[in-house]
Amino acid sequence: MTDVHIIGAGIHPFGRHPDKSGLDQGVEAIVRALADAGLDWPRMQFCFGGSQAAGMADAVLPRLGLTGLQAINVANGCATGGSALLSAYWAIKSGEFDLGIAFGFDKHPRGAFNADPEELGLPAWYGETGLMLTTQFFGLKAQRYMAQFGISAEVLGLVAEKAYLNGSRAPHSWRKQPIPLDRILQSEMVADPLTKFMFCSPAEGAAALILASDQRMRTLGLTGPRLRGAAVRTRLKGSFEVFAPSISPRQGPTPTALAAKAAFEMAAAGPGDIDVAQLQDTECGAEVMHMAECGFCAPGDQEALIRDGATRIGGSLPVNTDGGCLACGEPIGASGLRQVYENAQQLRGRCGQRQVDGARLALSQVYGAPGLSAVAILERA
Amino acid sequence: MARRPVAEDLFIGEGDGTRLIGGRERITGEIVFPLPSGSSRARYERVELAPEGTLWAFTVQRFRPKPPFAGDGDEASFRPYAVGYVELPGEIAVETRIEVDDPALLALGQAMRATTQVLRRDAGGDEVVTYAFRPLDSAGGAA
Repeated sequence: MTDVHIIGAGIHPFGRHPDKSGLDQGVEAIVRALADAGLDWPRMQFCFGGSQAAGMADAVLPRLGLTGLQAINVANGCATGGSALLSAYWAIKSGEFDLGIAFGFDKHPRGAFNADPEELGLPAWYGETGLMLTTQFFGLKAQRYMAQFGISAEVLGLVAEKAYLNGSRAPHSWRKQPIPLDRILQSEMVADPLTKFMFCSPAEGAAALILASDQRMRTLGLTGPRLRGAAVRTRLKGSFEVFAPSISPRQGPTPTALAAKAAFEMAAAGPGDIDVAQLQDTECGAEVMHMAECGFCAPGDQEALIRDGATRIGGSLPVNTDGGCLACGEPIGASGLRQVYENAQQLRGRCGQRQVDGARLALSQVYGAPGLSAVAILERA
Repeated sequence: MARRPVAEDLFIGEGDGTRLIGGRERITGEIVFPLPSGSSRARYERVELAPEGTLWAFTVQRFRPKPPFAGDGDEASFRPYAVGYVELPGEIAVETRIEVDDPALLALGQAMRATTQVLRRDAGGDEVVTYAFRPLDSAGGAA
């Protein structure tokens, strides 16, 4: 089977853009990805696009050209971007196509997401009684994990401090100002133990990646990171996931652990081979937990690793080098693709002040409701 | 003034007499909560869950949720409430509001007991009641 490469990457800055629709941001990201590859839209054989709150993804077509290409809209919660990428990967891997694009954009209103129980097959009382909140779930999960494995609130604060510092060095980030640890720890409590600065916010932005088969890439005279493994996995019975009126107290492997394992097997690599990682950091606890779920350390080891600076740029495993969701915000349709964009830029040595020297293998992991995870592993060309 | 539960088949009784309603899968015996409705309902026998358990995870809801949350009051009068999962021995861990004066005193493994809580007063003045759990060592009594 053919190898799949990312030969072009484009992003529209994340944050708030009151005068610009989500769709416009999506179009701009695609135009930038095409320019990055030096290709034009009519050459694209397919696109997989996602947007949760900013309209249908295929609304980009009239703006870019009605060329008759295969266009499919992807909706998979917070893992929408990762799922668009995976779909593009399979489209090429199967031999059916050899050049196409995965993209995502979004534009959410301010404040926490408010989910509709009915859409998720849950009873109305669950929402009415104030139990159906993502922020609450993250607080619950972090609280239990910290108590179980000895993670301190200060380490959560260090995760956020690093995110805002890295974000200040990324042109596409939203939060451009480093925030001191004290301020993070003392900011308003949202869902104990998580404070305001430990959470990401819904936001706006767009990202696009152009993928090609190995052969097509060479014919075009282009180069780019190789997608060595990509997998989406959903929750097993009993997993502690968001929006669950009840759970099994006996916990098994998480969707992230399953997706990471599958992606590592496809890549014939292990956690020790990864030089840089973008991990879903909806809040600081998520980044801490995902480090262990991806296999980078045992649960509890994060306390020492993070205190020692292992996850900072320059550390043994830099995590969320563009500030992640904490510094970029979370436009759901685009968020997973931003991670892969950042990894592609790292592997192409284009990250300036936030560059991880000599990065060869990069992992991205995006987690979403109601319990799924997408992992992708990229290798430098 | 009347009282009514926020949903049918969710719990029965009130105060210390509160029992959550779950389902027991007819073949495997697995306990689920809430009792499933719709097409899968027939697979489950209606059961009352254990009234006591232990605290498995907790947090505090510090801001007033957006709709569909339908508690009393507004932004200004909103009072943070504790929520958590309570593990019912041999059954399942259920998500619940927690009745506690000071959430800082909550601890994993703490013994908890089912109770009821007034969620809101509806337009006709009726009290809409939901289930909750409270630390077993706190004073009991009806909601």
